[in-house]
Amino acid sequence: MSEVTQEQITELLCQRLVYFTEIEMEVSPETNLITHLAIDSVKLLNLVMEIEDEFDISVPLNTLVDVLTVQDLANLIHKIKLSSQ
Amino acid sequence: MNLLEKLDAAAAARKAQLPEGVGAFGIPIEESYSATEARIGERRVLMLGTNNYLGLSFALECREAAHQAIDQEGTGTTGSRMANGNYYGHRALEREFAEFYNCRECIVFTTGYQANLGTISGLAGAGDVVLIDGDAHASIYDGCILSGADIIRFRHNDPADLEKRLRRLGERSRNTLIVVEGIYSMLGDQAPLAEIVEIKNAYQSTLLLDEAHSLGVLGKTGQGLVEQTGLNNEVDFITGTFSKSLCGIGGFCVSNHSQLNQLRYISHPYIFTASPSPATIASTRAALKLLREGSSLRERLWQNAHHLYSSLKTIGYQLGPQPGPIVAILLDNPRQALALWNGLMEHDIYVNLVLPPAAPEGKSLVRCSINAAHTTEQIDRVCDVFARLYSSIAE
Repeated sequence: MSEVTQEQITELLCQRLVYFTEIEMEVSPETNLITHLAIDSVKLLNLVMEIEDEFDISVPLNTLVDVLTVQDLANLIHKIKLSSQ
Repeated sequence: MNLLEKLDAAAAARKAQLPEGVGAFGIPIEESYSATEARIGERRVLMLGTNNYLGLSFALECREAAHQAIDQEGTGTTGSRMANGNYYGHRALEREFAEFYNCRECIVFTTGYQANLGTISGLAGAGDVVLIDGDAHASIYDGCILSGADIIRFRHNDPADLEKRLRRLGERSRNTLIVVEGIYSMLGDQAPLAEIVEIKNAYQSTLLLDEAHSLGVLGKTGQGLVEQTGLNNEVDFITGTFSKSLCGIGGFCVSNHSQLNQLRYISHPYIFTASPSPATIASTRAALKLLREGSSLRERLWQNAHHLYSSLKTIGYQLGPQPGPIVAILLDNPRQALALWNGLMEHDIYVNLVLPPAAPEGKSLVRCSINAAHTTEQIDRVCDVFARLYSSIAE
């Protein structure tokens, strides 16, 4: 997992997000977490906890303010993962 | 979407969850008769959704103290503690709280919300970390945001998860403030404080315990979870509110760290607000005395709490993990919760309705809170109504 790519992170997020939304739709990198998937704040925070455990990183909640899409989240995780190595 | 359209969208989402005409949120209370009864509309209602844990809201000592303070000092201070609002009563209450907790320092804040906001944002700053329980109160989240520190959550009441997140922080764990609560406001469960203290010591972090719901409720003299667990010397900072067991409004932070005093000069929620009114301070001082002497009230409170918890469990309701003054009934969806809430109101019983995302784990809650003034007959009536409503909820 130490050499994880941005694409792998995006793919994992797309898989995981299906379980966090009640809306049935295909999740893509462009999918907006709130307007498309109706992910509420608590669900997003719970998703972040799972991601932290998956990649053994810390994702401060204050870094999520600019995250709108799946791609934004993947970029953030990738950046944190790289800086933690 | 412009600013107002965003509010319209939020209002539409709220109305979709809660039909027009259902006034579960912000319900108008026309008259308050006692610690247990009020008038809502034309109904005389049993209040089972307050935070009046010791039932002191009409205590004679507190009312007399408040009256006297108004007569002697007026209705408000009109200024900050930093300016013209630093009265004898504020300083006396700080001394009394410090003595109650056997701590060197105490700061009184204007609300409990500001106590967390002011303490957290005063202690932590940019580059630091605040590590909070997943079910933390909004005042804790907001204090973290105001601080500018990195905010990380750990799984609710899970010390192993806390330890894992501290480990990931490496050296930064020494600049980490861990924040937990004595009793959590939604499910009514208590923090595993001994394990949390052990971990915070191992990682040389700092621990803040919010006793908002546990002050007056736990411990021999009512200090809270810290007293019940005998860990007074292990917790760095304790915050709490006057608006629950003490039946006023305001908040405090106590500590043996002398540095707490510096918050008076850097904490905006302390500085840039008017100090509590003389009546509030006077009634709180009187209530604190009653709280300290109130072992019989605590005994009664816990009898009532066990009575309600065990009765509802026997009926078959899914409840929060442990008995206490907050008895949360967990329901799978908002429709069930709303139906139960409506059924209780039709039987003149008021409880709190909590819908996602405010409720933990995606559940909906009907949240009851019990107090020392409830009679056995009142609780029996509540349990009888809950039993009658159970079958309709289960369908």
